[in-house]
Amino acid sequence: MKRRITTLLLACMAAASFAAPGAFKSGVFDPPRQAPEFSLQGTDGQPLNLNRYHGKAILLAFGYSTCTAVCPVTLHTFALAVRKLGPAASAVQVVYVTVDPERDTPARLKQFLANFDPTFIGGTGTAAQLEQVRKDYGVSAKKIPYEKTYVYDHSSFTYLLDRNGRIRSLMPYGHSADDFVNDLNILLRE
Amino acid sequence: MRARTRILVVFAAVLTGALAWISLIPISAPSREQVFEIPKGTWERRMAGEKIETLPDHIYLTAGVRDILVLKNRDDVPQIFGPTLMMPGQNFSLPFERPAEYQFACTAHASGQMTIVVDSYPATPWARISWRARELIRRL
Repeated sequence: MKRRITTLLLACMAAASFAAPGAFKSGVFDPPRQAPEFSLQGTDGQPLNLNRYHGKAILLAFGYSTCTAVCPVTLHTFALAVRKLGPAASAVQVVYVTVDPERDTPARLKQFLANFDPTFIGGTGTAAQLEQVRKDYGVSAKKIPYEKTYVYDHSSFTYLLDRNGRIRSLMPYGHSADDFVNDLNILLRE
Repeated sequence: MRARTRILVVFAAVLTGALAWISLIPISAPSREQVFEIPKGTWERRMAGEKIETLPDHIYLTAGVRDILVLKNRDDVPQIFGPTLMMPGQNFSLPFERPAEYQFACTAHASGQMTIVVDSYPATPWARISWRARELIRRL
């Protein structure tokens, strides 16, 4: 009897330990859709499109280099997550698309991203190109005058794309690096 | 007098029993999902000038009880629903682990903002009473 209870307890513990890591911390799309392709100017001097990273999981975020509230936190979280992933990080690419084409030249964006991780790639383009990308991804960006300059009120979430370029999930702002690691590991194991 | 006393005793017993139930029975829900759906034809009706709200400004969830927001687009066109763009026939399930108030930009709302309030799990008798009272008020 005692052995049976122990076996049952062990089975429950095993089931719990197997169930927990399989769950996404981000919001999951079902069915997932193919991420809309774009062609922007990359911070590495090459054209930036998603096809370049086919076979890798992608963290896709939108922001701008002079953002003081959201973007530094998001990018710092990405950098932490990439570090925590260890060797598996080579199968992950961070893609950061600007919402501020006026100020974010490729050089400026590159410098900004290098503060967090030099492997992060940024994308910029014309205002019309970037607006189309935002429309395709349901991203909002509103320019707001601030003192003698301006700021952007923009969507702060991150899309997680799988190795086949499908939008699998959306991580709201504020999640920890561990949550990203959890979800990226799920995508990388597939 | 005797009958009146008996009624009072029965009433007190029922009240005590009800209070014991609402304070001691753990909170649970048949599903942890709170589902919202854009019905088919919503876009056409909006284009015709009808004002349709598919998502409230405030959504209340409870950690460990009902803590997964599920959005479903059953319309024929892509729609911004809550924080995201959803394709026709697509579902979006967003779990919440930490009790907090979450703000999302949502162009589907007149305010441009959607708030999701995640209450902590009602672990104490008093918390269970107030949780059940709040749920009752929200449903009314």
